[in-house]
Amino acid sequence: MIALLARDLRLATRAGGGFGLGVAFFLILSALVPFGIGPDRAALAPVAPGILWIGALLACLLSLDRIFALDHEDGSLDLLATAPLPLEGAVAVKALAHWITTGLPLILAAPIFGVLLQLPPAAMPWLVLSLLLGTPSLSMLGAFGAAITVGLRRGGLLLSLLVLPLYIPTLIFGAEVTRRGAEGMAVQTPLVFLAGITLAVAALIPFAAAAALRINLR
Amino acid sequence: MSIWKYANPAKFMRTTDRLLPWLVVSAAVCCTIGLVWGFLTPQDFRQGSTVKIVFLHVPAAMMAINIWVMMLVASLIWIIRRHHVSALAAKAAAPIGAVMTLIALTTGAIWGQPMWGTWWEWDPRLTSFLILFLFYVGYIALWSAIEDPDSAADLTGVLCLVGSVFALLSRYAVLFWNQGLHQGASLSVAPGERMSAVYRHPLYLSMLGFLLLFLALLLIRTRTEIRKRRLAALQAREMRA
Repeated sequence: MIALLARDLRLATRAGGGFGLGVAFFLILSALVPFGIGPDRAALAPVAPGILWIGALLACLLSLDRIFALDHEDGSLDLLATAPLPLEGAVAVKALAHWITTGLPLILAAPIFGVLLQLPPAAMPWLVLSLLLGTPSLSMLGAFGAAITVGLRRGGLLLSLLVLPLYIPTLIFGAEVTRRGAEGMAVQTPLVFLAGITLAVAALIPFAAAAALRINLR
Repeated sequence: MSIWKYANPAKFMRTTDRLLPWLVVSAAVCCTIGLVWGFLTPQDFRQGSTVKIVFLHVPAAMMAINIWVMMLVASLIWIIRRHHVSALAAKAAAPIGAVMTLIALTTGAIWGQPMWGTWWEWDPRLTSFLILFLFYVGYIALWSAIEDPDSAADLTGVLCLVGSVFALLSRYAVLFWNQGLHQGASLSVAPGERMSAVYRHPLYLSMLGFLLLFLALLLIRTRTEIRKRRLAALQAREMRA
């Protein structure tokens, strides 16, 4: 499992653009928002939590098809499926690798973009914490979507159509944590829900994703 | 005698062939009487004539949810017992469900304009119906994107299972996210909130009509899918010969 994780991480870093692209996309999005709704602090601050969360979600979506597509093309996915490691485990590891290469840089960069969008300083720790708790479930659900669409030639658009509705609960609770943090309210309830969703997704989705992969490799 | 004998496509075709005319006629009768009777009900003292849209809105909303449940059951039967008719029935039900969701959303908007003063409100019920519609669209798109019919049935089945969990989760997450404008249960049996019998009886009839209409459409569409599958098999045989 560790070997697979190391391989995926090496591939992501050496193939170029693995780490940087998501963050660059996030930066562009944060830069575009003020052009759309005006540079006014009073206008930006209330929408900042939602924009940051949607930005993280879209940046995560961009690289989803790479989770399985390349391995499917060169045949290493077939090897993974016949390897002694259960396919569920392989799926979980690949989702983890996706999270480390896209989710983690986003979390580290998010406070900077929060400054750009006039997010109140009080909300910063809650933004980081909610992303830390929420983005793993985005990667895991994305791995499920990628597993379903892996054999398709025009899977990209379909992938976002399938995956984005699944992101709704995570988005609701994640943005709610940040918004409540910004307003100085108690954040415990949405935070617990967010963590609960991520844990449940991490526990159950690998089975669904592995089932979808087996069907596609048949 | 077991229900599984209807999983045989030939038996299914024979039975539904006899069943279908009855279903179509009774659906037409119930829908016509229910909707016309509903239209002739007296005006509500607060809502005026807009109350009459309920005879379209509530049955469509009820079917929109129940069709997804039916698809879930059909997908489970396909995944567990591999009956092709079941997978095709789930495929055939999806567009009907999507249209029912759309009818519920549209009639709701038409009613909401004069009553709430807005076409759309981010109310939990409205939002969860929009999410349900997105799930229907994703499901239909996945069916049409995969060429091999068996993997398409398998993958959409898995999607339907995961989607059901998330549709339910979204419904309650949305409840947390925003407080609602929509009234509670439309068909509560609690004495205080119960709908007057003048409206209740035609509503029951049009709900029955929508259910029969769905069954009739479902059988017609499933029969079409089975014929399409047979045609594809014949063409494949011809190609080989």
